[in-house]
Amino acid sequence: MPVITYRQALNDTLGEELARDPNVLLMGEEIGVFQGSYRVTEGLLAEFGPKRVVDTPIAEEGFVGVAIGAAMLGLRPVVEIMTINFILVAIDQIVNHAAKIHYMFGGQVSVPLVIRTPSGGTGQLAATHSQSFENWFAYCPGLKVVAPATPYDAKGLLRAAIRDDDPVIFIESLALYDTKGEVPEDDDYVLPIGIADVKRPGTDVTVVSYSRMTAVALQVAQRMEQEGISVEVVDLRSLRPLDRPTIIESVKKTNRAVVIAEDWYSYGVTAEIAATIQEEAFDYLDAPVYRVAGLEVPLPYAKELSAASKPNANNLIYAIRQVMRGTKRMR
Amino acid sequence: MNISREKLLWAYERMRLIREFEDRLHADFAAGKIPGFVHLYAGEEAVAVGLCAHLRDDDFITSTHRGHGHCIAKGVDLRAMMAEIYGKATGACKGKGGSMHIADVDKGMLGANGIVGGGPPLACGAGLTAKLKGTDQVTVCFFGDGASNQGTTFEGLNLAGIWKLPVVFVCENNGYAETTSPRYSVSGQDIAARARGFGMPSIAIDGLDFFAVYEAAGEAIARARRGEGPTFIEAQTYRYYGHFEGDSIRYRTRDEEAYYRSLDCLQRFRQTVTA
Repeated sequence: MPVITYRQALNDTLGEELARDPNVLLMGEEIGVFQGSYRVTEGLLAEFGPKRVVDTPIAEEGFVGVAIGAAMLGLRPVVEIMTINFILVAIDQIVNHAAKIHYMFGGQVSVPLVIRTPSGGTGQLAATHSQSFENWFAYCPGLKVVAPATPYDAKGLLRAAIRDDDPVIFIESLALYDTKGEVPEDDDYVLPIGIADVKRPGTDVTVVSYSRMTAVALQVAQRMEQEGISVEVVDLRSLRPLDRPTIIESVKKTNRAVVIAEDWYSYGVTAEIAATIQEEAFDYLDAPVYRVAGLEVPLPYAKELSAASKPNANNLIYAIRQVMRGTKRMR
Repeated sequence: MNISREKLLWAYERMRLIREFEDRLHADFAAGKIPGFVHLYAGEEAVAVGLCAHLRDDDFITSTHRGHGHCIAKGVDLRAMMAEIYGKATGACKGKGGSMHIADVDKGMLGANGIVGGGPPLACGAGLTAKLKGTDQVTVCFFGDGASNQGTTFEGLNLAGIWKLPVVFVCENNGYAETTSPRYSVSGQDIAARARGFGMPSIAIDGLDFFAVYEAAGEAIARARRGEGPTFIEAQTYRYYGHFEGDSIRYRTRDEEAYYRSLDCLQRFRQTVTA
C-alpha cells in the first residue's frame, strides 16, 4: 500500500467521489480558488469546476442550510467548515434540520450530507479557535459523527460518509493533516461507520481514544511497553454510532480503562465512555475508570498555559500508572 | 388580468379549503381534541394560493410553523395533513412531525418548519439544486415578519443573490411576530426595502388581495424560471386567530381584528369575480 499523508488521503477521496458520483459537490469557505485553508481541497476546482466545487461566503448557517436543502433533493454535498469553532453559528441547521428531517418527516427523504471540519487545539490558536465540539453532535440522534486518526481510516471513513444517506459530521485534526500512513488503492475500499478499531493489542490496560488522541495513545503505549505495561489502544473512529461492544470486550480482557479525549472534562466524550464501561463491565474492573480530558478553561494563548490546558502524553502516562496501581485520582 | 375560469375556481377552492381546515382545527383545539402547538393560517389564504397558483408539481416551497395554508395550496392531501395533526400513523409524516413539521416532498412541499427563519437556507438549497441540475424548477420561500429579523434570512437573500438562484422570497407580514409588531422589531422603512440591498427586485403588496398577490407572484416566478434570479415580495396580511391556539391575544384590539375581517380575502375574491 502507498504511504501518504492524512491530508492527501482526504484530497484523493474527495476527488474520487466527485468523479464517481455526479451528485457529489463540495461547498465551503476558501475551498475553491484558494484551495482550502488547510489545502484539503487542493486542485479540485481546477479538475471539477465551480459547479462541483462551490466557494461560499462566510455564512456558515446559510450555506450549511443550502447543503441540507440540496441533500433533501438528491445531491450529496460535502461541506467544509474551516474549523469546528465556526460550526456553532450553523448548529440550528444541523441539529434542528439535518438531524431531524428524515425521522420527523416520516422517512420521506434522507439528508446525505457530510460536514468535514478540523477539531481540537494546536499552535496557540487560543480560546475561540481551539475547541472540540464533536460531543455536541454525537449527543444528537439523527447525526453520525466519525473521527479518523490515520490516513487509512480517513480515506475509508470519508468514502463511507459521502456514500451514507444520513448526515455525517466528519472530524479532522490540524495536527494530523501531515501525518503519514498506508492507504489502500482499491477503489471499493470503504470502512463501515460505527466500528471501533483496536489499533494496538495489549493485556494490562485499555486506552480508549479517537482522532489525535489515538496518535498520542499509540506513542504512550510504546513507551509503557518499556515499563512492562501492555496497553491496548481502542480507537473509536466513530462517536455516533458508538461501538460499545469493542470497548467492553477490551475492558473485560484488560480489567482496566483510561479514556482520553481533547474536549473538556465535564459532560465530554470521556464521560460517555466511562459510563458505558461501568454499565456493561463493572464486575470486570480492577480499578476505577480514569478520564483524561481538557482543563476546563477557555484555552489560553500563552504557550505554557496552552500546553498545560490540553491533555497530553504525560497526562496519559500518569493515568495509566494510576489505574495500574488501582488507585483513584483525586481531582 | 388574464386568469382562466379554471384557475379562478381552483384558487377559490384552495382558499376556501384552507379557511375551512383552519376553522375546523380552531374548534377541535378548543374542544381539547388536539395537543401541542397549532398555528393557524386563516386570513392569509390569498398569499399561499396566489403564489402556488403559478407553481408546478415539481416546483418547491419551504414553509413555516404556520404551514397548513402552504401545504394545501401546494396540493398536500388534506386527510394526511389532518391525520398528522392528530398524531396518527396515517399522517403525512406518520405522526412523527405534527402540525409544525408537515412535509410532502413528492408534492414539492419541503416542510413546515418549527424554527423561525429555518426555511430560507433550505429554499436556497432547493434553488441551487435546480440550478446545478439545469432544470427550470422554482422554489418559493414563505416566512414571516418575525423571520425577517433572523440572520438566516439575510444569509439566504445574499446567497440567492450572488448565485442568482431561482427562489422567490415571500415575507408574510401578518402584523405580529408571536406578539410583537414589526413597528417595534423591524428597523428601516419596511421589510421589502431590506431585500433591495441584496440587489434583487422587491415589492410590498396587499396580501389580502388575491389578485395583487397573483400578479406579483407571476412576475417573480417567471423571472426565476427564466434564470434571472431571486425576487422578494412582502405580502401585508393578517391572521385571524392568535399566534397559536390558546393565545390570549392581548397585543391587539378587537377593533383592529374587525377592520381586517372586513377586508377578508375570500369575500374580496368573490366581489371581484362576480362584479
